[in-house]
Parts: sequence; C-alpha cells; structure tokens
Amino acid sequence: METMVNVFLFGKKYEVPESATIMTAMEYAGYQLVRSCGCRCGFCGACATIYRVKGDRELKVALACQTQVVDNMYIATLPFFPLNKQIVDINGVRPDDRIMMQLYPEIYSCIGCNACTKSCAQELKVMQYIAFAQRAEYAKCAHESFDCVMCGICSSRCPAGISHPQVGLLARRLYGKYIAAPSEQLEKRVAEIEHGDFETLISELMNRPIEEIRELYNTREIEE
Amino acid sequence: MYTPEMLASIQKVEASREARIGAELKRFTAQEKEDLLRTYHPDFKQEEFSELRIGPNKGERVPHELAELLEGHSRIKDVKLDLSRIDYDVDVLVIGGGGSGASAAIEAHAAGANVMMVTKLRIGDANSMMAEGGIQAADKENDSPAQHYLDAFGGGHFAAQPELLHKLVTDGPNAIKWLNDLGVMFDKEPDGTMITTHGGGTSRKRMHACADYSGAEIMRTLRDEVLNREIPIVDFTSAVELILDTNGRAAGAVLMNMETGEYHIARAKTVIIATGGAGRLHYQGFPTSNHYGATADGLVLAYRAGVALKYPDTQQYHPTGAAFPMQIFGCLVTEKVRAIGGMLVNAEGEAFMHPLETRDVTAASVIRECSTNGKGIETPCGGSAVWLDTPLIEITKGKGTIVKSVPAMHRMYMQYGIDMREQPILIYPTLHYQNGGIQINLDGSTSIENLYAAGEAVGGIHGRNRLMGNSLLDIIVFGRNAGKSAGAKYKDIKLGEMTLAHVDRYEQEIQDAGIANGHISPLLLPQYARVQEL
Repeated sequence: METMVNVFLFGKKYEVPESATIMTAMEYAGYQLVRSCGCRCGFCGACATIYRVKGDRELKVALACQTQVVDNMYIATLPFFPLNKQIVDINGVRPDDRIMMQLYPEIYSCIGCNACTKSCAQELKVMQYIAFAQRAEYAKCAHESFDCVMCGICSSRCPAGISHPQVGLLARRLYGKYIAAPSEQLEKRVAEIEHGDFETLISELMNRPIEEIRELYNTREIEE
Repeated sequence: MYTPEMLASIQKVEASREARIGAELKRFTAQEKEDLLRTYHPDFKQEEFSELRIGPNKGERVPHELAELLEGHSRIKDVKLDLSRIDYDVDVLVIGGGGSGASAAIEAHAAGANVMMVTKLRIGDANSMMAEGGIQAADKENDSPAQHYLDAFGGGHFAAQPELLHKLVTDGPNAIKWLNDLGVMFDKEPDGTMITTHGGGTSRKRMHACADYSGAEIMRTLRDEVLNREIPIVDFTSAVELILDTNGRAAGAVLMNMETGEYHIARAKTVIIATGGAGRLHYQGFPTSNHYGATADGLVLAYRAGVALKYPDTQQYHPTGAAFPMQIFGCLVTEKVRAIGGMLVNAEGEAFMHPLETRDVTAASVIRECSTNGKGIETPCGGSAVWLDTPLIEITKGKGTIVKSVPAMHRMYMQYGIDMREQPILIYPTLHYQNGGIQINLDGSTSIENLYAAGEAVGGIHGRNRLMGNSLLDIIVFGRNAGKSAGAKYKDIKLGEMTLAHVDRYEQEIQDAGIANGHISPLLLPQYARVQEL
C-alpha cells in the first residue's frame, strides 16, 4: 500500500499518494482539470502554482506537473496571470537603446527585491535578465531568459508590475532576428532552391523504381 | 532516488563505459530492422486493432481507442442548435492552437484574410511546445533536398506520399529562414553558421536546434507573432463538429466553451484543422509524451464529415520516454541526448544497438531488450527499462555539454535528485506521434472543398514512421501552406446555407451498422480524475 500524505487544495484537505505531483494529486482528489494543465512535462507554463508547507514562513511557487507533493502542502493554482504584452511589429523595430524604454518602461521601476528570481520555477536569474534589458544588452537578456516557460509566476510576485516573460521574449526575438549573425549558407541554399537548382536531382530520385530507391537508401553514406 | 537493484546495474554500466568509448557499434541490416519491427513494434500487434465499420476508411484497421471515437456519437446529437445565430463570422477559421495552426493563421492573415483561431486550451498548449531536439532542413553545403528526401522516405518505409514529402524537404531551408527572420534563436556559431547534428536515420547533420527547447522557442515566437498581428484567439473553446453548407463545402464549426459548456456557431469561408495528435488516447496502455489535449479531435470531425484518413494504423513510439521516476513517467527524453553521444545500455552494461537508428527500430529494439532478451531493469512504474548512458556525453563531448545542450532534460531529472551528468537515466518507449491522419492534397486541401488540414492531424507526409526533426518542419511548411491556400481561396467563396446534415447521416450509419459502443466524440480531454469507488 502506497504511503499517503495530506495536501490542502484551495484549503480543503485531501489524502493523496506521496509519489504524486501536485497535478496528479489534484486528479487523484477528483479534479477533472481544464485550466492549469497543458503539456504536463514542464514546457508550457500552464500550471503555475503557489504553495506553502504548513509552518513554513516561505511562500513557494512551482509548476504543478514538475513538483512532487509533500505532507501538509497548502496549494493554490494560478490558472491565468494578466501579463502586459505590448504589440510589436518585429519588422518595424530595431534593437536600439530606446525600444525597451518605450514598450516596457516599468522595468526601470525595479526595486531590486529579487522576488522574481527567487520565485522562478525554472531557476532563471530573472532580475538579472531584466537588468540586461534595462541596459539594452539584448543578447545577454536573450540568453539569460532563454529557458523561460512564460508561466508568469515572477510577474505575480513583482512589486513593480513588470511582465518579465514579455521582456525576455522581445529580447530573444530582437536577438534572433537582428543581433545574431545571419547564416550565409542558409541564405545561399534558399536562393539555390528558389532558382530550381536541386529540382533535377530530386525528381530523378523520385522517378526511380521503388527497389532502386530502397537500394540507395540502404547503401547511402552516412556523414561521420 | 535509484533503488539498490538499479544502483547495482549502474555499476555494470560504469564498469563497461571505458571499453564502450570509441567502440564502433554496428547498424542493423535492412532485414534485421524488418524482423525487429514485425516482432516487437506495437503497430504490428494485430489484437490491438479494430476494423472500422463505417465511414470513408471502412474495412481498414485502426487502434481500438481510435475506432471507438471514430465510431462514436456526436456531442451535439441531441442538442438543438440554431445555425442562423452566428457568433463568429470569419474568412479563415483555424482549429487548434499549436505550431501548424499558428503558422497557418499568420500566413492567412498576411494574405489579407479575417482569421480566427479557436483552441480548447491556450494557444501554445500543444505538442509543438514540447518538441525538444530540433528541426531538419537540408541547408548545409554537403546536403541537398534530395538527400533529405531519401532519408525521410526510407525512414518512413517508402510509404510517404511523394509529392508531400517533396514539398517538405524542398521548402525546408525556407522554413528555417522564415523562423529565423521572425526572431527564433537557433543555435549558431558566432559567425552565423547553423549548428547542426544528426538525428536517428539522418545521413547528414541537418538537425537545427534551440538547445533542447527547440519547439518551445519556435512556438512562443509564433504565438507572439499571432498576438502582434492581433489575430483573435478564442481559447478554452473546442470545435465539436464541422458545419458544411448545402453544397457540401466547409462553412464553419460548432464550438463549445470548455468551462461553461455553452455552444457557439462559427461561420467561416474556409476551415483549417490543426488539432494535432492523439497520445492522450494511450494506445495499448502506453504512457505518452504528448500534451494534455492530444485526443485526435480533428480526425473525428473530418472523418464524420467524410474525409478519409491516411495510415491511421500507425503511431510513433518514441524510444526514449522517461521510465523512472514515476513523476515523469512517459515524458520525453529528447533524441538529442543520443545525437550528442548518449548510448543505449542494458542491465548488464552492454551497448545493445547503435543509438541512432530510426525511432521505430530503436523502440522495437528496446522492447526486445526488456522482453525476450530479459536484460531490462525493473522499475516501480510497472515495467522494465534500459539505461541511456548520459555521463558518457560529458566524457566524450566535454564537461558542461549536458547543461548547455539539453538543459531541460537536466532540469527535469534534477527535480527528482538525479544528476544525469553523473548517473545514467532509465528509458522505455512512450507514445509520441500520430504518423497517420487526415489525407490532404499538395495545397493542404482535403476532399471537402474549403476544408484544409495541417500539422500532426495530417497523414501521409512521412509515411509509416517519422524522423526526428521532420515534425517541427512539417508544422511550419504545411501550416504556412494551408494558411496561404485558405488565404487565397476565401476571396471567391459565396457560402450556401449552413447545415449539420452530415452529422445526422453519420449517426444513421452508426445505427445501421448496429454499433453500440456508447462513446461520445471528440473526446476533448482525457479523463484523469480518479472516480471514487463506492
């Protein structure tokens, strides 16, 4: 018989298996989830959850699908958090000093409390990447924020009302589009294909009898 | 975290490690692969399939769980709906909020259409978001679309529809360029050179990646672009039936609010089904790497309206699903772990195969190791598993490689006290991808006029197995394709009167065939809430 623990879902007590995650504990308790459940593997950020273990002074936040329950856990899901998302025409902006100031001026209200970093389910240095954004160091901001799943927990804890995931996302798009060096080989290949350079090669292959294609496949040279 | 038995087996893995470094592992011959698949791949377990009794694929076999839904009753069978009370009226209705749906919406919008997306969860709650390893495209000097075609055609057992596969590989480099220009952060060298690796079954290193958040990086960029274009997204709302017009053309969908149960009518000149896969149907009792909403809804909608499915009998079982601990059972361990040097090792510490065979062959080989060969490690999740030797990566590729190349994997295991840099991890196949699906034409259209389909909901692009990195490519190439086609077509459409007669007709077929399975479809979400025993 599996060991059971007590958890408190929105304050109500349920007995659930010790091995459960917060998400499967809710399902064990009988919840048929619609909100607060997405990929169930830690990538989508749908299941941001706040909890406190009884007696603990610290309020914790986590992804429900990636966090195992412990005894006397008080749990409240955060199914939606209203982030401030500014509309941007990615072709009309440039990664200059002003863009963040224009779109997300609240980042300059950061009081340095570090609550965002402490709360991040992905253990990112959130305050650090906001600091990079303040200084228009978008490459650093992009890399530092790269693993963000946009669950919004950081923003829920921010006294300055910053929408950290949106700032990181804009920095990443600016980096990917404008700052990272373009791939010349990619551009060349796209032009070659548009020019029809590979069409003969591929149609010759496609027009062969299936047995010949099979033989080509089975004997093809594999790059080391 | 590991049990004493597991730790004892790890010692064998460690003992054999040095000898395994640099040792050449033989690839299976064509005959060996064939035999492995026939004996061990779940697609070949005849007793797990039923023959469809009605609909366009009547007489063909599909998994039991899919058959129940395809032969199920409509959710609106006994609901009185007034189709003249139109809540949404658009040019292009995109059903599904994943990568193909977002790509389609962006292109249709760019073509000037009034587009709306409807999704039963949120935009981005999709398998696209969870794709880890990468996206293929033949853009390197030593590569070509023809070479990509050969790899994918062979990997899919020569069953792909040639014209669709031709489009996939030929449009590949342009898809990468499109994403790059949207701001997707591909792994690059400082000079801009794309960093590419192998995937199972590739003959050239053409796997582009964004660490092991490739799908997430692509999906969140596409989502942002949809939002920037201010394309309306009706979320937490599912499409439960297609609406046709009296000329038999697509004309919209019946929508249902997932929280209130309220129905809404959407009229649309064109409809794009981009509803994704079916992992949450748990075929043959397998765990799945799929997102919560992967329940084959689009297949049911299209089938009921009369569209045939291509290869609905074939699924991809990803060879490396997490087999332990219980909390991450079935979650994906990206193929990239093998691409960067992870080796598959059995309980005795023996490397039992080349780690970069195609997914179906690798899955079959792992299943053989754990069954007939008896060289699996037992897990408390109710089965056995083999090791993926990850510390080897740090030895052969250098310290720090794991955190740099597969940070999500490292993070997932560290949650449970397993440091994959120090200890190997346990894996077993997990239900990963729906190889088959809605049959489409080259422009993304289906046999019903003005109805399009894209992404994992489609069958035929890859054949009977899909290579790693060709799905992210597929959702971009064919998502954009469907969006462009619908974005061109809607301008000339004058809709006739809307009707649900096809739903009534299908119900009659169910009755006539004497089917009484009691299932209602589409399923929308798996039923995971524990039912209290009385």
